[in-house]
Amino acid sequence: MRMLELWKRAPITWSHVAPPLENGTFGCSEWRHVEKPQCYCVLFVGYTNIWLSSFLADCLYSVKDLPIRPSYVLLASVTKMKLILSSIVNGCRYGKLIEVGRNGSKSVDIPGCLLYTRTGSVPHLTHDTLSLIEGVPEPVHLTLSTVAEHHEVLEEYKEGIGKFIGMPESILYCSLHDPASPCPSGYNTNKTVSVWGGGGRIEITLSKFMAMQQAFKPDWYQSMADGEPLPPGASRKRVKKSVDRTLGFLDGCLKEHQNSEVLKNSEILGVIEGGDILEERLRSVRETMKRPVGGFLLDGFQADDMPDDPKLNLIASVTGELPEDKPRLIHGIGKPDEVLECVSRGVDLFEGFFPYVMTEQGRALTFKFKYKVDPEGEAEQKDLVGPLHQVQDQQLISAYNTMTIEQCEGNHIYSMLEQSGCGDNEISNKASDKGGKTVPFTIDLKSEQYRADFRPLLEDCSCYCCKNHTRAYLYHLLTTNELLAGVLLMIHNQHHYFGFFQSIRDAVRDDKMHQLKELIIKQKLQQ
Amino acid sequence: GPELISKANGLHGFMNWKRALLTDSGGFQMVSLVELAEVTEQGVRFSSPYDGKEILLTPEKSIEIQNALGSDIMMQLDDVVSSTVSGPRVEEAMYRSIRWLDRCIAANKNPEQQNLFAIIQGGLDAELRKKCLTEMIKRDVSGFAIGGLSGGEEKDNFWRMVTLSTEYLPREKPRYLMGVGYATDLVVCVALGCDMFDCVFPTRTARFGSALVPWGSLQLKNRQYAKDFKPIDEDCDCPTCKRYTRAYLHALFRNDTAALHHITIHNIAYQLNLMCSIRESIRQGQFPVFIQQFMKRMYGSKEQYPCWAVEALSTVNVQLE
Repeated sequence: MRMLELWKRAPITWSHVAPPLENGTFGCSEWRHVEKPQCYCVLFVGYTNIWLSSFLADCLYSVKDLPIRPSYVLLASVTKMKLILSSIVNGCRYGKLIEVGRNGSKSVDIPGCLLYTRTGSVPHLTHDTLSLIEGVPEPVHLTLSTVAEHHEVLEEYKEGIGKFIGMPESILYCSLHDPASPCPSGYNTNKTVSVWGGGGRIEITLSKFMAMQQAFKPDWYQSMADGEPLPPGASRKRVKKSVDRTLGFLDGCLKEHQNSEVLKNSEILGVIEGGDILEERLRSVRETMKRPVGGFLLDGFQADDMPDDPKLNLIASVTGELPEDKPRLIHGIGKPDEVLECVSRGVDLFEGFFPYVMTEQGRALTFKFKYKVDPEGEAEQKDLVGPLHQVQDQQLISAYNTMTIEQCEGNHIYSMLEQSGCGDNEISNKASDKGGKTVPFTIDLKSEQYRADFRPLLEDCSCYCCKNHTRAYLYHLLTTNELLAGVLLMIHNQHHYFGFFQSIRDAVRDDKMHQLKELIIKQKLQQ
Repeated sequence: GPELISKANGLHGFMNWKRALLTDSGGFQMVSLVELAEVTEQGVRFSSPYDGKEILLTPEKSIEIQNALGSDIMMQLDDVVSSTVSGPRVEEAMYRSIRWLDRCIAANKNPEQQNLFAIIQGGLDAELRKKCLTEMIKRDVSGFAIGGLSGGEEKDNFWRMVTLSTEYLPREKPRYLMGVGYATDLVVCVALGCDMFDCVFPTRTARFGSALVPWGSLQLKNRQYAKDFKPIDEDCDCPTCKRYTRAYLHALFRNDTAALHHITIHNIAYQLNLMCSIRESIRQGQFPVFIQQFMKRMYGSKEQYPCWAVEALSTVNVQLE
């Protein structure tokens, strides 16, 4: 029944046979032609049953007296979830992913973001505090960086990571790397990739990767990929290698995926690599498209060292080649202006780590995204604080590189606490920093100007924090290193960010992206 | 600072907390920050370890600050010595506390809205305690705190001072035992006649990964919980126990502050449930039965019961089997 429906929706006048090769991958080079075609018959078959579909295809050809002779047979990959695009306006896609999840009952709005977690928890928040936030997105984002070390535990638990982390009803997406943690390069090999967890580096082979996915049972997961950040101008050879490795990993993952009972309702996302070389990017796209993946992940755009224009052009080139009917995720893009640029270039889903990164810096998101309302009338805020986030990044990097597992165990919680509030060195930095690099779209609540500011974080914000607390209170909590600071800031920042994404969806739907972009760019340049 | 808090409509306004608040006077810091403190009749002088700045905290100043904060219950500034100190310093501190109580009462600008509590001192010396009690109960205060205990002294001495104090304190005013928070101590001291308690223990220990349960505590950081898929306490109704396993909390503890919140919530629920059960059993006239059950659950068998607790309870006619 499903097949018939699909056939009616997408009539195709050509098709080709692509029987699976011995290694389980799809080759697209075989064409079969039957003599004297009477008409066309198209057969769609689900990819989870490749062997069956191949068998059926053969059967069709061998039946001589069939009234409708298949001229060509299409062996298409039909994924479980469907992307319904309502419109594409100026390159921005608007729609819904439906039939998502193990029960096929959930849907995801596009464009949208994921709910960022660390070790399966939204940072600082419990289930109850999370429920105070409006507009929490459906897909929960797990990272192997933060959960890989618990693989054995999950294998014994048997009930999947969703239930383990206290989110049994949620859609789970599992990626390799954590966007808010450093990912040192130089460790991936032809057979392994490395992720950086709480206890240090974890080396993952293909079979270990798939064993983890089977223990975790996510709804979506990215294929294993060589997505190490490559410095700009990395040798062509290295870039090509990352594309080749990733394709090899993808094929390996697919093979195990297809044989796995527990993963039969999960979707695997293909990963587009290629560094900053257009040809490699396109090659990665074209090859990945041949595989039966549920969607595509644009990888390698995380680092800040690729200048904006080439980066955005590459993204546009990649999405330009990708099929329209599958979702496109991108990793590492979170700033409001960058998000808008990517939405305009056909990206659907983003990681939701930006509110967390700002929370860790003691910053509140304050940018306006209501393009319908006159944005004037907001008092100017001068920000005199220096690059505190750089101090934190350095701490993190040296911790990862120098600590042994035992040291991490003993000390990690203290470094985490230091990050979530502000340490003594930051209090003293405050007084001496003048005119350092500021972060647009936010205010730094550790700044002394807020000490007696009894306004909410953001005037017309309806979040729990703004309805109940003041900037002065947050300033106090941050300077006394109280855990509550992280909780309140996270609530506000998440609430705000999800509101921003709703605004993006509205703008795309109403063809007002131009206004929204103007509003955001104006605020970026203000500071 | 108090001026800032006044501007914010008091501490209730600043925190947006609509329930009761109790503020301490700063007296305890004379013990906890003893190296930075210098005590004279005038008050206690603290020097800041960060910038060397000095603060002189007098009874008048302490009450002025607490007035500005607008707390519902305020504590007098008392001259506090560690319970492990003996000798003339203890006597000096006791008498001074009485004099400072009078200065606090005189300095209180808000006697109608805020309740000032006296703090009984006297260390571990029964005579000194009695003297302090006799004097302080003559003053017109809203309630009495039993201070100078819960600082590492022997439990045998501790409970005797508590009992002594509750014997003398008036029945119709609240008795607040400061710094007491372990479950067993709470149960015994309620039996000895105390009404109110405060302790950092449940939340502080939560932040170090320790979850309180009726039979003791679980150190969730320990490897033995890595694959323990039970909740902290199967009989507990708190949000943490309803949703998360020990194994998950163990895994999360290393990586995110949310673990601290989960355990804190559980520990507070544990404490509140304990006190609720105590009240309920008293209301039903079943408190001795409750104590019996509590001790059995916590320690297993009579041989394990702490001696001081058995002894203390027997003085109020609770015989443990």
